Amino acid sequence: MTPRRRRLVLVLGILAGVSIAGALMLRSFNENVMFFFDPSQVAKGEAPVGKRFRLGGMVKPGSVQRAPGSLSLAFVVTDFKLDVPVRYEGVVPDLFRENQGVVAHGTLRGDGVFVADEILAKHDENYMPPEVARAIKEKHGGVMPVDPSKAAKEQAAR
Amino acid sequence: MDWTWFHKFGSPPHVYRLAGVLTPWFAWPAVAAILAGLYGGLVLAPPDYQQGDGFRIIYVHAPSAWLSVMIYATMAAAAFVGLVWRMKVAHAVAASCAGIGAWFTAVSLVTGMLWGKPMWGTYWVWDPRLTAQLILLLLFFGYMALRAGIDDLGRADRASAVLAVVGLVNVPIIRFSVDWWNSIHQAPSVMKLGRPTMPMDMLVPLLLMLLGFTLYFAAVLMVRLRAEVLRRERNASWLKEAVL
Repeated sequence: MTPRRRRLVLVLGILAGVSIAGALMLRSFNENVMFFFDPSQVAKGEAPVGKRFRLGGMVKPGSVQRAPGSLSLAFVVTDFKLDVPVRYEGVVPDLFRENQGVVAHGTLRGDGVFVADEILAKHDENYMPPEVARAIKEKHGGVMPVDPSKAAKEQAAR
Repeated sequence: MDWTWFHKFGSPPHVYRLAGVLTPWFAWPAVAAILAGLYGGLVLAPPDYQQGDGFRIIYVHAPSAWLSVMIYATMAAAAFVGLVWRMKVAHAVAASCAGIGAWFTAVSLVTGMLWGKPMWGTYWVWDPRLTAQLILLLLFFGYMALRAGIDDLGRADRASAVLAVVGLVNVPIIRFSVDWWNSIHQAPSVMKLGRPTMPMDMLVPLLLMLLGFTLYFAAVLMVRLRAEVLRRERNASWLKEAVL
């Protein structure tokens, strides 16, 4: 083996070792790396019990209820399989709206209601001008469909 | 196979000259692409249906983030070549990349935070994507600190090169963090299989900005590489002939 070849093997060996170590570490920390849990994961018991965690999913259309004269808010987070009702009191970010991603930080009560003390909006990867969005919403009965980009492409094809 | 072209890159005088010749060829197209991209992104492109004009920060944020990862990969590749083939110029390339990469990483983090406050509702969360990008910044800092901490140039080159290659593990973590784990950060709109989730009049300026930032990186790399070669070869006779 030439010295150069030995160095090549050594460096590649270090890289391979560190990659494997990193992969194993991330696998075992999977639960802690997860930024939020969706309703199905909560139902399967993957979310930490009795501790604060983040619940993420879509704001179910038609589920947002505001109590008049206060900042109290009730809505349902869904992953299109299961739903979790959420209570919150406070100001929500601009992008909080129905059929949009949301991440709520708080605890799950015994009766299955998630009490949040922080609400973050999760933006999706879809971008489009307002006129296109308006046209799509009109076509879908006033609600943005789940895959806006696909709808935008269909809209452009017409 | 004739390897002369490759071995020529190992020669400091050749690289010094070549970098000097190439600099304007990268710099001027970079200026043109960035000006065109800014005009297209800030003036011509329509506002987004949800974020309004706030989405326009993407024209700085996304290209900076792409570049930060691309520069790290370049740095690690150069460090790898330097380690295995003992090529001093490759170490000089890696050393020149670090500062530029750290700046692009910092810009991507700061612009992301400024966007995150109004859109997500927070400047910062310990999300996988955000944390991995912060680790990238720390890797750049660590690389520079390690170089600065060792007086012997050869040892500094080798030690920092090992760090650069090991840190390569973070690159796929940044890219795939939004797919592997639940993340608050959105999935990629452009850099993915299938069609971009963005109309043409928003996308073209973004790609122009990416092109412009890449060319800008190449131009600054050439300037820094010349400075690095000068520093390393300050006692060489070819340099006295070239400069005086």
